[in-house]
This record gives sequence, C-alpha cells and structure tokens, in this order.
Amino acid sequence: MSTPNKYSRRIFLQRAGLASIAVAGGTSALAGCASGGGGEEDVVSGGSAEQTSANPFGVDAADPLSVVIFNGGYGDEYAKFHESLYQDQFSDAEISHEAITDIRQQMQPLFNAGSPPDVLDNAGAEAMPISTLADTGQLTDLTQLFDADAIGQDGTPIRDTLNPVAIESAEYAGKPMVLNYALQVYGLWYDRALFDQKGWEPAETWEDFLALCEEIKGAGMAPMAHQGKYPYYIQQVLMDLAVKHGGPEVAYAIDSLEPDAWKHESMKMAAEALLEIKSKGYMLEGTEGLDHIQSQTQWNEHKAAFIPCGSWLENEQKKIAPAGFETTIAPTPLLDGAALPFDCTRVEAAEAFVVPAKAANQAGGLEYLRMMLSKEGAAEFTKLTAAPTIVDGATEGLDLTPGAASAIALIDSGGEDNWNYYYAIWYSPMDPKVQSAVGELAAGRITADEFCDQAQAAADETADDPTTQKRTRP
Amino acid sequence: MQHGRYPFIVGFLVLPLTVYAIFVISPFAQAFHYSLTDWTGVAPEFGYVGMTNFENLMSDSLFLTALRNNAVLLVGLPIVTVLLSLFFAFLLNVGGSSGSAGVKGIRGNGFYKLAFFLPQVLSVPVIAVIWSVIMDPTPSGLANSVLGWLGLGSAGWLSDPALALLCVLWVLVWGSVGFYLVLFNAAMSAIPRDIFEAALIDGAGRFTTFVKVTMPLLWDTIQTSWVYLAILALDVYALVAVMTAGPGGPDNSTQVISLQIAQNGFQFGRAGYASAMGVVLFFITLVIAVVMLRITRRERIEY
Repeated sequence: MSTPNKYSRRIFLQRAGLASIAVAGGTSALAGCASGGGGEEDVVSGGSAEQTSANPFGVDAADPLSVVIFNGGYGDEYAKFHESLYQDQFSDAEISHEAITDIRQQMQPLFNAGSPPDVLDNAGAEAMPISTLADTGQLTDLTQLFDADAIGQDGTPIRDTLNPVAIESAEYAGKPMVLNYALQVYGLWYDRALFDQKGWEPAETWEDFLALCEEIKGAGMAPMAHQGKYPYYIQQVLMDLAVKHGGPEVAYAIDSLEPDAWKHESMKMAAEALLEIKSKGYMLEGTEGLDHIQSQTQWNEHKAAFIPCGSWLENEQKKIAPAGFETTIAPTPLLDGAALPFDCTRVEAAEAFVVPAKAANQAGGLEYLRMMLSKEGAAEFTKLTAAPTIVDGATEGLDLTPGAASAIALIDSGGEDNWNYYYAIWYSPMDPKVQSAVGELAAGRITADEFCDQAQAAADETADDPTTQKRTRP
Repeated sequence: MQHGRYPFIVGFLVLPLTVYAIFVISPFAQAFHYSLTDWTGVAPEFGYVGMTNFENLMSDSLFLTALRNNAVLLVGLPIVTVLLSLFFAFLLNVGGSSGSAGVKGIRGNGFYKLAFFLPQVLSVPVIAVIWSVIMDPTPSGLANSVLGWLGLGSAGWLSDPALALLCVLWVLVWGSVGFYLVLFNAAMSAIPRDIFEAALIDGAGRFTTFVKVTMPLLWDTIQTSWVYLAILALDVYALVAVMTAGPGGPDNSTQVISLQIAQNGFQFGRAGYASAMGVVLFFITLVIAVVMLRITRRERIEY
C-alpha cells in the first residue's frame, strides 16, 4: 500500500554510498556494470496463441507466469486467489508467486538486466520510482487491457467498469501504463462508538468544527492528533480544505506546476485553518514528533478524537484498536465559501500493478490484470484486505467492517466531486520539500504565507529543472 | 626456498583480491563512471552529460544543507566521543583511590567496561528505535517524564529543528563511546604502571598525569579513532533514516549526504546524480582522512 512510511530498511550503503548503487545492479555487477546490457527493444504484445474473446491477448497456456507482490498492509493472500483464477483457465501454466517488501532492491537489477517479472505490484516504501519507469519505456501500454472485454460483463470494455480515477491515474505521457488497483480514501477518522456516547457529531463547517474541538478539549481529550514524523498525513487535511474550498482547479494548477499555484487564496485559507488548530491548542501535545504507529495508538487510546489518514487505517490498527472501537471516516469540514460539497474527499487509486515492457510473458501479465479486474477478483481483494478496489460495484453484498463501509459510502457520496492530486508521484523530488514545509506549518513554526512561498519555491524549482518530465492536467 | 615463493603468496591473495576487486573497487569505479551520466537507475539506457551533475550539486540547496549538517557531526562526534571515552578509560585505569598499593583503577572496573560496551553489540536501527522511544515528544515520553519530574517542562527532541541534530549527535556518541573506551582502556593498560607511579612521586596530580603522560602515550590510538569517527560522521545513514522525521527533518535539520544519495538514487530515479554525490563524498572522506593523519602526526614515544 502506498503509505509513505519512510521506514527505510537498512540499505547496504557503503561509506560513500557508492557500492550500494552497484549492489543494486546485483548480478549484473559481476558481469560488468550495474546498468547491464541494453538488450533488444521488443514490444511484442499478445502471446503466441490465437486471440479469442475468452483469451483476448492470446496467452499461450504453456508459458510460465511470474508474479511479484508487495507484501505490505494488504498481504499477499489476495494475489494467491488471483493466481488461482489464472491457473483455472491456463492449467498448464507454471505460476511463480513471490511476496516481498524490498521491491526496489530486488527488482532494480532485474529491470536493468532486461529480465523483469510478468506482473509487478510496485508499492510500499521501497517501490521503484513509477514515473521514471514509465518515462524510460519500461512499462507495457495498457490500452489493450482497458479496451478488452471485462470478464462476465457481456462485452462491456474494462474501461467502463472502473472508477474514473483508475483511468486518470494510469496515464503517463498520454498512454495508460499503470494499473492502480486499490482505492484509498482520505479523511478525518474517529471512533463512532465514542462519539455516540459523548453525543458528538463530525462538523460540516469550519466554525462548527472549531466549536466541536473546544468541546472535545473541554472533555479532557486532544481534538486532533497527526503522524507528525511524516507530514504527508496532515497534508491530506490541508489539501482537502484547499481543494474543497477552491475547487479541483486548485489541484490541477498544483499538478501542472503553474506559477503561483500554491499561493492560491484557498491554499492560504487552508494553511491559516491548520495554524488555527495548532494555535488554539487542539493538537495533541508532541504529535509533531510521533510516527504513524505512535500517533494512531494514542488515537486508539482516546487521547485524541480525530486523526487524518487513508482508508488502510482500520486494517493497520486491527491489532491495537480496543474492542468496540468503531473506526469511521468523516470528510474534512468546509471553509467559508467552499466550492465543493462536504461529503466528498480525496480518492486515490494506489497499489501500482504494472506489466514490464520486457516481461517474458506480456500477454499472460495482461490477462492476469484482466482477471484481477473481474468482479470476482476485486470482491475477493476487498474481502481479504477491507480495502475497496477501482472495480465499480465489486463490494456489493459484502459484509464490511465499519471503517471500510464508511469509506465506501464516502466514495459513493462524493461521486464526481471526489478529487485527487498527482504531483507527489509525478515529481518525486518535489514531494519531500513540500512535506517539510507542511511539517513546519503544522508545528506552527512558519506562517501561512511562508508555507505558500516555500511550497511554491519547490514547485518552481521543479518547473525550471530541464531533466524533469513535465505533465499537465486539464 | 626462494623458488616457488611468489606463486605461494599469489595463491593466498588471489581469492581475497578478486572479491575485493568485484565488491569494492569495481563499484567505486562504476560510481565515477555513472556520475558523468543521466542514468535513472531503473533502465539500462543512459546518456553522458559531462560535469552537469557536479555543477547542479553546487546549487542544490538540500545537498548544501546536508553538507553543513555532516560538517557539524564531523566536528562534534570525534571531539565528544574521544574526550568522553578517554576520560572514562582514564578513570577505569588510574581513577581508583591511590593508597599504598600505587595506581589502580576504580572498583567495579569490569562491570563498567561491559556496561559501556553494550551499545556496540546492538545494531544501529535498534539503537535508533530505542532512542526515538526515549525521546518521545509527548509529555508522557520517557525523557520528558524525567524532565517533568525535575520541573523542567518538556522538550520536542527530534521534532524540534533546533535540537534534532544534537539528538542524533548524542545517540551517535552514546553508541560509540563504549567501543573507544575499551580501545583506549586496552592501550592504557599497555602503558607500564611505573610511569604513572613515577609521575605520582614527582607530585603530578591526576589532571597533569592525564595530559602530560597518558595522552602523549596514547596518541597513535587517538589519531586512528579520530579518523574512524570522522568517517562514521560522514555516513550516519541508518540512524538518520530510522530516527528522524521525514527522514532528514524537521525542516531538513538532520539532512545528511548519505540520505540525499539514497533518495536521489532510489526514490527519485536519479542514480547518475546520486553517483555524483557519492564521488564528492568519496573525495571529502579521502581528504579528511589524509589531512587528519597528517596534522596529528607526532613523534612516536617508545617504551
């Protein structure tokens, strides 16, 4: 899952960090250099078997399929189910299943040597830079996948069975390259049972929210905690406040690196609002230095009422949350004069599945993704991980936990108004710079104007960098 | 006997030298090569860009911040660690009450050595996790509880940009003192007792003995330690990556070069640029090691 927990495991980093780069080259370092041989450019799509409606990519049943899964918050049980679907249709195929956490360390040498797996779930803190993979032609164009018939849907193309954010987030340089499978919903999380008991209700307007915070504070609880060690989390609140106030154009301008995008009036108001929470003492004391586990545990222990997070929160806290704790999402409140309604939020498609361009069994990889996108495959994913997928209607009739149910309800109520931003994935060097500024803002160490200036400086620097591939949104 | 001697030596050396060449020399050489390219690290293709990477480094504000923080550690770590471990080693060896038996160490000498050395057997991430728990910034955190009990309020520790780098430095010192204490202790035990006793008879106090007798006799050891600690101060990757906000934060106050190398090389898809940073770090390390060994060179005392 794409939680940005930068738990960098100890990378084998020699004194000068030099060896690590060659170690990443792994096996090929023995043969010569870390970047390996060039290898021939073959963009063969389609297998050697005949292409039929049941087998649209012409998978040769005799070809083996290699699947590499990020074994993180979602585990790898769901992948075993998807593999069984594949095995059912191609009983001769030998499927290799690998569940790992250090994607980059293990996959980088394979990509460089031109022998990547057929399906890769590129996720987690150690994921490979996806925009670089896309820009350097390492990924298969998924147009044919999205145009293929969805399984069991009477000839409806897959494209029409997915949440629009899946198509939007797949695009790199005008071509769909990445299948972001899981939907992640961001908002403020609270314990429904506690709120019922105290008679509290998540507020819709900023004014009401401040009043609620005052009441919670009066009850001896911090109104809000956040995972301050990773400012990404509180940034979700900031972005949501700004975009819901100014409309999706605020996010479009930021993603397109437009001049003064971060100095938008809505962004300033959102930054002021965040400062207000801090200055009025509504933040849990010391939360700026807590990591996600520490802060979420404090929240589970009712030391704080709200915590910002994505929809993986419930699953992540499963072992820590006390019995009777009803993890529930609330949308962020609206600032005065908001353009978007209350019950929408940032919905992101994450867990990036790719078929490498140099995969030996490209057709098999595409077919595997097609099976993942069947209602059966998607429902099993949600059943096992409590996370919704990009497949529309795949959660119908499932018995859901309170957190998953409230997150799915928010996706539905937001509908067309749900929004997303991409700059952090598109321009990875810019991301930590903005996060650093958000951290300073949330700690109350800089003003709203200073925040806007710092974030804008990071954006301008990215815009001026000739080596960065620029992308725009409508 | 002369006959067949070289094949014999070569026979022993060929394996270690091959391993060394593959895993040390070749990566270094490759890093120099890639520092001149725009290699992304994820695709086999790359182009040559000359010195562009190095030129960009000079205007990269994050890299310069990292350089500055490394410089702080470079000065702070060896000074504090060497002084502390010398002091403790001195106490363990000659700190005991000077009775009729002459010079001896304090009681429980062995226990202290063990206690100080203990951090050395823990891996760096474990140390980092232990200390981040101790330096929990909430009022109920361990260190803050002690401060509160003393009536000193609470501190932000790693979440305070003014304190964060000092916290990292402290953990580095804590983790290193034990090893150097044992090292200095061993070196001190090698100094003949009668030298200390002669100094005592001549009326030298403990401080004078330390400065005039112990330090000069330990100079070789101190010099080596200094270089080791300097090299450690230029790395600190694991500690910063696990312990600090971001990592490298807050407000980039704990940003270090090794972290920049890892981020650029692996997260940003800029392996060429990261290699250039590695090359710069290589030369900084080299120069510092050479300079330190030169300026601290003294006449060796034989005993």
